[in-house]
Amino acid sequence: MTNGEKNRLKDSIFKYIGVFACSIGLILLAIFIGNIIYDGFNRIDWSFLTSLPSRKAEKAGILTAWSGSLWIVIFTFIIAVPIGISAGVYLEEYNRKNKLTRLLEINISNLAGVPSIIYGLLGLEIFVRLSNLGSSVLAGSFTLALLILPIIIVATREALKAVPSSIRAASFGLGATKWQTTWYQVLPAASGGILTGVILAISRAVGETAPLIVVGALAYVPFTPKGPMDEFTVLPIQIFNWVSRPQHEFAINAAAAIIILLAITFTMNGIAVYFRNKWQKKINW
Amino acid sequence: MIKQKILNFKIVILSLILIGCSSNSNNTNNSSALSGDIKIDGSSTVYPVTEAVAEEFRVVAPNVRVTVGVSGTGGGFQKFSRGETNISNASRPIKDKEAKVCDENNISYLELSVAYDGLAVIINPENDWVDYLTVDELSKIWHPDAQNNIKYWSQIREGWPNEEIHLFGPGTASGTYDYFAEVICGKKVGTRGDYTASEDDHVLVQGVATDKYGLGFFGLAYYEENKEKLKLVGVDNGSGSVLPSMQTVSSRTYAPLSRPIFIYANNSAKEREEVKEFISFYLKNAKNLVADVGYIPLTDEEYGFEIEKFNEFIK
Repeated sequence: MTNGEKNRLKDSIFKYIGVFACSIGLILLAIFIGNIIYDGFNRIDWSFLTSLPSRKAEKAGILTAWSGSLWIVIFTFIIAVPIGISAGVYLEEYNRKNKLTRLLEINISNLAGVPSIIYGLLGLEIFVRLSNLGSSVLAGSFTLALLILPIIIVATREALKAVPSSIRAASFGLGATKWQTTWYQVLPAASGGILTGVILAISRAVGETAPLIVVGALAYVPFTPKGPMDEFTVLPIQIFNWVSRPQHEFAINAAAAIIILLAITFTMNGIAVYFRNKWQKKINW
Repeated sequence: MIKQKILNFKIVILSLILIGCSSNSNNTNNSSALSGDIKIDGSSTVYPVTEAVAEEFRVVAPNVRVTVGVSGTGGGFQKFSRGETNISNASRPIKDKEAKVCDENNISYLELSVAYDGLAVIINPENDWVDYLTVDELSKIWHPDAQNNIKYWSQIREGWPNEEIHLFGPGTASGTYDYFAEVICGKKVGTRGDYTASEDDHVLVQGVATDKYGLGFFGLAYYEENKEKLKLVGVDNGSGSVLPSMQTVSSRTYAPLSRPIFIYANNSAKEREEVKEFISFYLKNAKNLVADVGYIPLTDEEYGFEIEKFNEFIK
């Protein structure tokens, strides 16, 4: 075997390893989703979506759980996205490199790896007790916002880095200020990457259970939140609660609730992808 | 003519007043006039019972907002001792430390037993040598000293096969584990560490169901739901082997592996009508609801005793 043949063989072997690595994740996900849909799809009907929790599996519904999740996601979005993007813009566009900013950067990267339950404890002390918000939707949203801030900041910075510096130079050259350059040129160009980060972050927030339990999200709530100060429960808590019941019927309920949670996540991602594509088309230098 | 009209008017007014009175007097006897928030938190073991009671209470008192959380017994007591909740679900009695915080915050409380939870010792249906286990034998299997020493069924009782024993049990963070370790191996001893531990009891069910040489323990309700896959083992505490069942757990002949589960009420039960009403409702209706969610009710006398205790507390 010549050297060239050897290299080609290595090349094709590596290709198959790559395909294999990719498919493991996808196949597992497909099996999981297939299994869940098989178990739970027939359980989903109108009354499942509009009923209160119950001890009888066939009467139980997820009205308070999905509406709680929706409230939490909306408020988390409102709190985390402006702060996250602003922080990212500051660090990438305005920031001068010195010791303080290096410390900031290291901390933000580290925060992304902190276990979520720690954020729960932080939220319990700062938002629930010190700020006197109680175990409300707002306290839960602030806690989750903290949790996803590092993801949004890091994604924003990466997206801004990818914008060619010639764009900035051209803008400055035409007499634009830093603010005008950032707002009219750099941010629109980076919007695709930023939105991807926001999607990932919000999807993570939808699925979180541990920090919300610590903050005081409840398991049985017979009413939907009417405002940001109301108590709440969320879908992952309802699912966790049903999965740990001995009766098989509750496992079916859990599967049905998982389908709804997946549907919510996919819908939100879909909306974000739509906007990303729409905005990206507008950019033509 | 005019007189007639005035008379009619008087009758109407009078009847209106009467209706008003009668509906008023009805309301005072009826929980539907109650309103307010009742906050409950604590053990996830007790949660299904409290959820069932809250669900039924909503039918008689629709304006009372009862919410139930699952922070665990310890987390629940932490909130309870700060006065953040009215009632705490607990799968073990309150600890001295927790009671002290309650005292510091001027919170008086009352412990009420609401149901029994039986722990089942389980083997694989193909296991034909184990007829029962004594408490000593269980202790021999699970004691921390057994780690690396007791590995084969034959070491537990003579005549049992010389095959490896595979152990399954809940993780050390669960109240079920604490209770089992304490009554089988002794206070503050713990158990051996080399067993398959899972916080998810379904995993334990699956483990024993697929392993001929397996042995496990978990809540009786999980056995009831998986009867065809598992075999229940009787436990002998010196007075003969007893299988756990509704009767043996509730009469406490299945000992020591049955435990009471509790709710704790604080002084708001004295001051607030809706809290008082909810707890009375809880104790009066627990019997049927407890069985509904897979636990074992107390006897009628015991519920009667708890109700008396509660009435004494709110005086």
